[in-house]
Amino acid sequence: MSSVAHDHAHDHAHDHGHGHHGGYGGIMRWITTTNHKDIGTLYLWFAFIMFMVGGAMAMVIRAELFSPGLQIVDPDFFNQMTTLHGLIMVFGAIMPVFVGFANWQIPMMIGAPDMAFARLNNWSFWLLPFAALLLVGSLFVPGGAPGVGWTLYAPLTVQMGIGMDLTIFAVHILGMSSILGSINIITTILNLRAPGMTLMRMPLFVWTWLITAYLLVAAMPVLAGAVTMTLTDRHFGTTFFNAAGGGDPVLYQHIFWFFGHPEVYIIALPGFGVISQVIPAFSRKPLFGYASMVYATSAIAILSFIVWAHHMYTVGMPVTGQLFFMYATTLIAIPTGVKVFNWVATMWKGSLTFETPMLFALGFLFMFTLGGFTGLVLALVPVDIQLHDTYYVVAHFHYVMVAGALFAAFAGIYFWLPKWTGRMYNEKLGQIHFWLTMIFFNMIFFVQHFVGMAGMPRRIPDYPLMFETWNKISSLGAFGMGLTQLLFLYIVVKCIRSGETAPQKPWEGADSLEWTHLPTPVPYHTFETPPVLK
Amino acid sequence: MNIESQNRLLSRKLAIVAAAMFGFGFALVPFYNQICAALGVNSIEEKDQVVNTQVDLSRTVTIELDSNAHNMPWRFQPTVRYITVHPGELATVEYEIVNVRDAPVTGQAVPSYGPQIAGEYFKKIECFCFTQQTLAAGETRRLPVVFVVDPKLPKDVNTIAVSYTFFEVAGRGGKS
Repeated sequence: MSSVAHDHAHDHAHDHGHGHHGGYGGIMRWITTTNHKDIGTLYLWFAFIMFMVGGAMAMVIRAELFSPGLQIVDPDFFNQMTTLHGLIMVFGAIMPVFVGFANWQIPMMIGAPDMAFARLNNWSFWLLPFAALLLVGSLFVPGGAPGVGWTLYAPLTVQMGIGMDLTIFAVHILGMSSILGSINIITTILNLRAPGMTLMRMPLFVWTWLITAYLLVAAMPVLAGAVTMTLTDRHFGTTFFNAAGGGDPVLYQHIFWFFGHPEVYIIALPGFGVISQVIPAFSRKPLFGYASMVYATSAIAILSFIVWAHHMYTVGMPVTGQLFFMYATTLIAIPTGVKVFNWVATMWKGSLTFETPMLFALGFLFMFTLGGFTGLVLALVPVDIQLHDTYYVVAHFHYVMVAGALFAAFAGIYFWLPKWTGRMYNEKLGQIHFWLTMIFFNMIFFVQHFVGMAGMPRRIPDYPLMFETWNKISSLGAFGMGLTQLLFLYIVVKCIRSGETAPQKPWEGADSLEWTHLPTPVPYHTFETPPVLK
Repeated sequence: MNIESQNRLLSRKLAIVAAAMFGFGFALVPFYNQICAALGVNSIEEKDQVVNTQVDLSRTVTIELDSNAHNMPWRFQPTVRYITVHPGELATVEYEIVNVRDAPVTGQAVPSYGPQIAGEYFKKIECFCFTQQTLAAGETRRLPVVFVVDPKLPKDVNTIAVSYTFFEVAGRGGKS
């Protein structure tokens, strides 16, 4: 791990001065830890490092697209960058950051002493660095990393070099880590709640994670199956996706997206949960429509399993198939709309203040809703056939992945950092971080709607001259966004090392157990006797 | 039941769900094959049914023949470059394959059509693409395609390019 994490450990141990860290010091403490807070910290730092690695790859992509023609990298390497950027951001950054939140917060929010399977928890985390090494290491083998796109579509995957095999194993390991983590989370939530913490009293963050964990258990094994078929097609003479042997590349797309669409909500739902904690806290009002939020989340999760083929309208499916998937997809707008309106209604007549977590939550609300609307546009078959595989799609999913999931993660970190570390971050710098991120984000992706509608295809390192202005704006925004995240690193490190001491309850409206029943900073062990809930 | 055995029980149930979903991914393979067969989608290996072959002598359609062997040690070409037919008329073309490797090789041909929409009006009654072909070392084989162009072919289509590509079937009578 980074020296930063190590220093954090040192500070942490020093602050409390007690020997509750499992008997090991230094690096061994982190390798052997079974404490949910330590493991949460590991997940968060791992996610941040991967966020920087995936971000650096995005910089390569945007640098190449700064001007038309081929300047910096050759097309093969460009394709490898888009592939690894996608895989690393989805599996290495966004998913682990929310598992980090889950580890830190779920036991504290439901009044449990730790996760149900503490050692399994350690293993779930320590699988991740090896998967990351395989993924990044694939760049250095003959033939380089796979350049097939993060969706790993057949038949291209059958033709790639050994880097493809490394990627397949990385996906296997990442999947195993996610499934074990999810089993742990479900068991913790269902079996370890404090007396009186009924399911319908749980904070919404816990609810969204419960549903996400079920999605992971159901969807990740299907992805594992799909890449296993690719592996046996490559090396063992099977022909699942090879037309010559009676297989079908379109079959891969069906299997992949059967995983892929639930995956979209696996990424989004925990973010919804964080937002559902942050908005009430800064509105000083309880969440509006709690029960409807729970049902809406469940409805989204169930619908996510019957809409997968809206990613593949152009493969030549029958019109009745297109219509079914179009109607099913637009149906998702209803529970999502319930959520958005509930968040807005929570703020209605609240006493709002706009500290950094709330700013990110509001940024989320605006930008995610915009991404949701472009999603509706793409759900419509006649429009999608025009926009399929253009930058419009790229803009759409970055509005929901970055301004949705990533903004929610930033909101959560600023929200809980004082609780975890006992120190306040610099509010002014936090707000600067928000505004820079917000402006640069829109600079990158808003203009991509325009080039997409004008027909610029994704995953191509070159483009016609007429797209140059928009692409320049987009690239400049990307460099700004990348640099801004170094400011975020500075803010977090400064907070951990020398931030001002945080008050017992820095956010007036926060009302879940970790705020009401635990001191700030939270001790290493919490709720060893369950709290009493009335 | 104490909490630890409750935890173990739940985790086992969830592990079974995960294992079942892994199997479900593989179960999708025969499932999709059944659906495609039932809906008549993707049936490149099946004979077309030809009914009411009223020959439309007022139109002629040019059929251009193309052939490719994808990374295979086969020479594969049609005996003529194009033929002209009337819609509804039964026609036969021949292709010649030569296996230039000193070992048997198995291949499967996959057809495609230009314009794409013409595919559904190009009715094949006999085609070497319905089955895999295995050629002995150095063997030469002539294979027919018997077809009818459906008279319902849209009026603005007067040329159909028919392209066959042979792919090697891995692990069967050749290199893997």
